[in-house]
Amino acid sequence: MTASGTTILNELTLAEARDGLKAKAFSAADLTRAHLAAMEKARGLNAYLVETPDQALTMAQAADAKIAAGEARPLEGIPLGIKDLFCTEGVATTAGSKILEGFTPAYESAVTANLWRDGAVLLGKLNLDEFAMGSSNETSAYGDVVSPWRRAGSDTRLVPGGSSGGSAAAVAAHLCLGATATDTGGSIRQPAAFTGTVGIKPTYGRVSRWGTVAYASSLDQAGPIARTVRDCAILLGSMAGADARDTTCADLPVPDFEAAVARGVKGLTIGIPKEYRVEGMSAEIQALWDQGAAMLKDAGATIREISLPHTSYALPAYYIVAPAEASSNLARYDGVRYGLRVPGKDIAGMYENTRAAGFGREVKRRIMIGTYVLSAGYYDAYYVRAQKIRTLIKRDFEEAYAAGIDAILTPATPAAAFGVGEKGSGDPVEMYLQDVFTITVNMAGLPGISVPAGLDAQGLPLGLQLIGRPFDEETLFAAAQVIEDAAGRTRLPPAWWA
Amino acid sequence: MSVDATTVRRIAHLARIAVSEDEVAPLQGELNAILAFVEQLGAVDVTGVEPMTSVTPMAMKKRRDVVTDGAKADAIVANAPETEDHYFLVPKVVE
Repeated sequence: MTASGTTILNELTLAEARDGLKAKAFSAADLTRAHLAAMEKARGLNAYLVETPDQALTMAQAADAKIAAGEARPLEGIPLGIKDLFCTEGVATTAGSKILEGFTPAYESAVTANLWRDGAVLLGKLNLDEFAMGSSNETSAYGDVVSPWRRAGSDTRLVPGGSSGGSAAAVAAHLCLGATATDTGGSIRQPAAFTGTVGIKPTYGRVSRWGTVAYASSLDQAGPIARTVRDCAILLGSMAGADARDTTCADLPVPDFEAAVARGVKGLTIGIPKEYRVEGMSAEIQALWDQGAAMLKDAGATIREISLPHTSYALPAYYIVAPAEASSNLARYDGVRYGLRVPGKDIAGMYENTRAAGFGREVKRRIMIGTYVLSAGYYDAYYVRAQKIRTLIKRDFEEAYAAGIDAILTPATPAAAFGVGEKGSGDPVEMYLQDVFTITVNMAGLPGISVPAGLDAQGLPLGLQLIGRPFDEETLFAAAQVIEDAAGRTRLPPAWWA
Repeated sequence: MSVDATTVRRIAHLARIAVSEDEVAPLQGELNAILAFVEQLGAVDVTGVEPMTSVTPMAMKKRRDVVTDGAKADAIVANAPETEDHYFLVPKVVE
């Protein structure tokens, strides 16, 4: 809403837009047009790789017909952005890589098919780190995404986080009502924290991975980024569900996530893991964390310090497991069946030249580390040891939950967003440390949500993370809503780019 | 453990990624930074610990061994760089 009271359609929350459509306060076509206009003005942010205005309007008109007929589905007429890691039938899908330039899937991913089944509208495909490998959206072959946020009094270009940087930036800049994203080590939660948005990585197996470009299959999980906890709950309700085509997708009914938002935390026990109080943690992050605990306590939860002793080993173990799986998954990009082909003196030369030209630096690095740790003589020392440590990381969480902990509260990131080009140019590990608080969750297959909880001294958003029991996203929505209510919804930045 | 230039070339070849001579030294530095970072895992006592094979306890889904999909040759080859009569074309591999 503006000060004068006229509704700016793309600034509504998803829930408000849904209710407005139902009440026929505006049409789905109007709602979509408002977003398409905002996207056109925001091209400088580079959040969308592909815009699909014709398809969007066709879908919106179909939604208006459904609404008129009284047959509105859960997401009828809701315009969404889709991370360009989800295959979309007939719409180019690149995974942020040159190696998939020109690839047009002949099928629809399970997640996006579920969204269209529920009436949502496709606005376009969102930028990301190449093959979801990155924490700043700077590894995309199609350019950096610029965050809509700026430090107070500065016009330094900031990163939106990654790998779902386009998703987070588009949601924060009101270029969609919500977006799909994926999270292998923090790729939903870290960009959500950087942009003052909410993002949830569900339990491994809650959402089908079918038709989503694979990075590390035992860690990858899709989830939504949106502007409120409720909006995330609504989106996850449509994205999730059993799927026979993904053998790791759980055969469980999808709970009413939106109903869980109002549950509150009375009687719950929230764990504060002492190992997350890492060396060099800023006083600002520590204060935010303490405030978050106080908010939950004020709402009736019991706060208890807990220990997750293997926390510090999650990040190094991840940089064995994830590259190992990536080296195997990305073997399919060989210049034969899809994407780029660069000729060579023989077939091996063609493979090598294609992959040298098609993959970016970070992707090559991870494939090579993965190849090395899986190679003869090193497999036991690296890969098997890392998988044993993963068992220990998961056991830490199991013991905490068995001792009566309902959810765990931690910071989402070590600090607020940084500037484009500021990190990781010399030492890749500097960038990897971005995920120190989020990566344990992927290693243990648990659900985790990032919710805005305040601003730092420079006016940039900071997020808190809640980690739940397996398949208990409902408690996360309930607790995150308590923080959103207590902290107040983050005021998103004015549109300096338009 | 750390890798030397010869190992970098060998890994690149195993990964089927062509690397030029001037890429070897920077790659060696980056890979060694990652390997140095993961070195700390050696400090963990993993005696008697089973390596994780599945993050959630679930039985592998099975289905009847019947044809459930097919007759999509056009769609399957549609994105290929080179095809002929529904075959993928590659450089000659047999003399």
